[in-house]
Amino acid sequence: MTSPTPSGSAVVAEWAADSNYRARRIKNAVMTALMLAALAVTIGALAWVLIYVALQGFKYLNVGFLIKTPPGSPAKGGGGFYNGIIGTVIIVGIAFVVAAPVGVLVAVYLVEYGRGRTAATVRFLADVLVGVPSIVVGAFIYATWVLNFGFSGLAGALSLSIVMLPLIIRSAEEVILLVPRDLREASYALGVPKWKTTLRITLPTARNGILTGMMLAVARAAGETAPLILTALGNDLFTEYNPLHRMSTLSLLIFHNATTGFKPAQARAWAGALVLIIMILSLTLVSRWLSGRRERTMGGAVK
Amino acid sequence: MPKGKAKEVARAETSSLALQLSKKRRITGDAIFANLNRASGIAVIALLIAMIWFVLSEATPSLRHYGIFSFFHTRWAPSEASLASSSPNPYGIVQFIYGTAIVSIIAMVISVPVGVGVALFISEVCPKKLKKTLTTLTELLAAVPSVVYGFWGIAVLVPALRPAAGFMENTLAKIPGVGGFFEGPFFGFSILAASVVLSIMVLPTVIAISREVFSTVPRDHREAAIALGGTRWEVIRTAVLPYSRSGVVGASFLGLGRALGETIAVTMVIGNSVLGISWSILGQGATLASVIANEFTEANQPFHIESLFVAGFALMILTLVVNVIARVIVARMGAATGRAS
Repeated sequence: MTSPTPSGSAVVAEWAADSNYRARRIKNAVMTALMLAALAVTIGALAWVLIYVALQGFKYLNVGFLIKTPPGSPAKGGGGFYNGIIGTVIIVGIAFVVAAPVGVLVAVYLVEYGRGRTAATVRFLADVLVGVPSIVVGAFIYATWVLNFGFSGLAGALSLSIVMLPLIIRSAEEVILLVPRDLREASYALGVPKWKTTLRITLPTARNGILTGMMLAVARAAGETAPLILTALGNDLFTEYNPLHRMSTLSLLIFHNATTGFKPAQARAWAGALVLIIMILSLTLVSRWLSGRRERTMGGAVK
Repeated sequence: MPKGKAKEVARAETSSLALQLSKKRRITGDAIFANLNRASGIAVIALLIAMIWFVLSEATPSLRHYGIFSFFHTRWAPSEASLASSSPNPYGIVQFIYGTAIVSIIAMVISVPVGVGVALFISEVCPKKLKKTLTTLTELLAAVPSVVYGFWGIAVLVPALRPAAGFMENTLAKIPGVGGFFEGPFFGFSILAASVVLSIMVLPTVIAISREVFSTVPRDHREAAIALGGTRWEVIRTAVLPYSRSGVVGASFLGLGRALGETIAVTMVIGNSVLGISWSILGQGATLASVIANEFTEANQPFHIESLFVAGFALMILTLVVNVIARVIVARMGAATGRAS
């Protein structure tokens, strides 16, 4: 361009005439279309899974399903997954009681006390622990617990607590880090010791965020099947309330019934899958809603 | 000593005593709390070491009996095992290592481009109002349990893959060199089906981390590209992607780590063929994780459970290595951009 100060419209006109510019525009459109296609594939896969499970599940889901146990033979119709629902609630509940306090303590250690190499190692290993396959966690509990005390709901709960632990640690650490320094210092200035400051000031401030992470961890644990095969084993015949005995969970019942090949059993498995998905999705959505609230309440103080 | 003074001294003494006491209590409170925290932190380290130790120790009888190197062949036939003989080793695990690798690699080949595309769309293209909804939707993909994906795979995906498999059998199989990977017949339950289910399952991981990585690209870089007259794609190609390359690689490795260990969904659709390697992705196979899930409760042959623990140990080492590499890449990226991820 020779003119020292071309007006905007002149530039645009020149560009529009340029075939190179058109090629660039086309390339841009193609790439945008590809990204849209990727999005369509992703959302499509989600919709396909959810809608199919809903259609198949609602065919069989009724009140009886929620309060009855499966019939003795997979070829027979009727019955429900009451024992699995109870098992999931008990096992995940125990896992939560074990993992939640330890997870928060580790997170507090990482943020408030962790200096130097030990803390860096803990942080790194917590990340690595997220990546340990859950079936290996199950094998570990089998080797340490089941070989000594037998298959039980408690063993299943221990394996799920190991699955949950790193998720709770990392999410709690993230939100505790966000608590403004001023709050802690104000508390120290009033002569409140560090432990009390942490328990009364820091953790309550981060409460919503910590709860969010915990709920996501619970959701993840409720869907786990692999470690339970090696620990809780399953109990398809009657309802077991005692976690010291072998127990069924929703996920185990779905697995067993889905892989039998009998139509009535598979119908039950679809209804079970629907119940499990509803439980997990509502946990996930509530936790997202909570984290949205966190952003609003703590957002002003951050950064 | 006058009475008043004595009282004063006494008061001073008690108050200093009180101060000391409260200081002491404060210090012990803090010390207890700090040690409790430190102990739970160290428990995490101990947990990981214990996991490696106990899984290995359960595998040891089998490793001792057969010798470590005898596991490196491709035939797994527990019914041929006997307490008396240690050769040949009926528990070969190479086909499981191959199965784990091929299923995960195909899953990554599908999910990395799709996941990066979705992440780019969410972070660079879509209107702000839609961002949250789309993010939530992609996260819901991670909320569907593995066993449900597996069941969906059995009922929906396996039949739906038939046309694609037919195309591979009839067309791709004729390509010299790589044709062997697509040879028929299509078994339904197959390496292909497992790979596709897996690719859906790792998508949310790839999307979430890529999105996070793209959000660390400084505004200036984007604006510079825009100011030079770049189209949206050119902004992505010249500013966003170069800056976040190592982060996307890290995201892929984390997805890979997840894929390697995925168990139930894969077990339900891969066919669980343990007697050898099927080079064709239309054939059946097994992974390190699937053979454990499939045989564990029925393992009643000599050294059967112990050999499953050998597979478990191999899986653990494999995923540890991949995850450590991924974390190092992501951490280095965080250090380079001055933001912990």
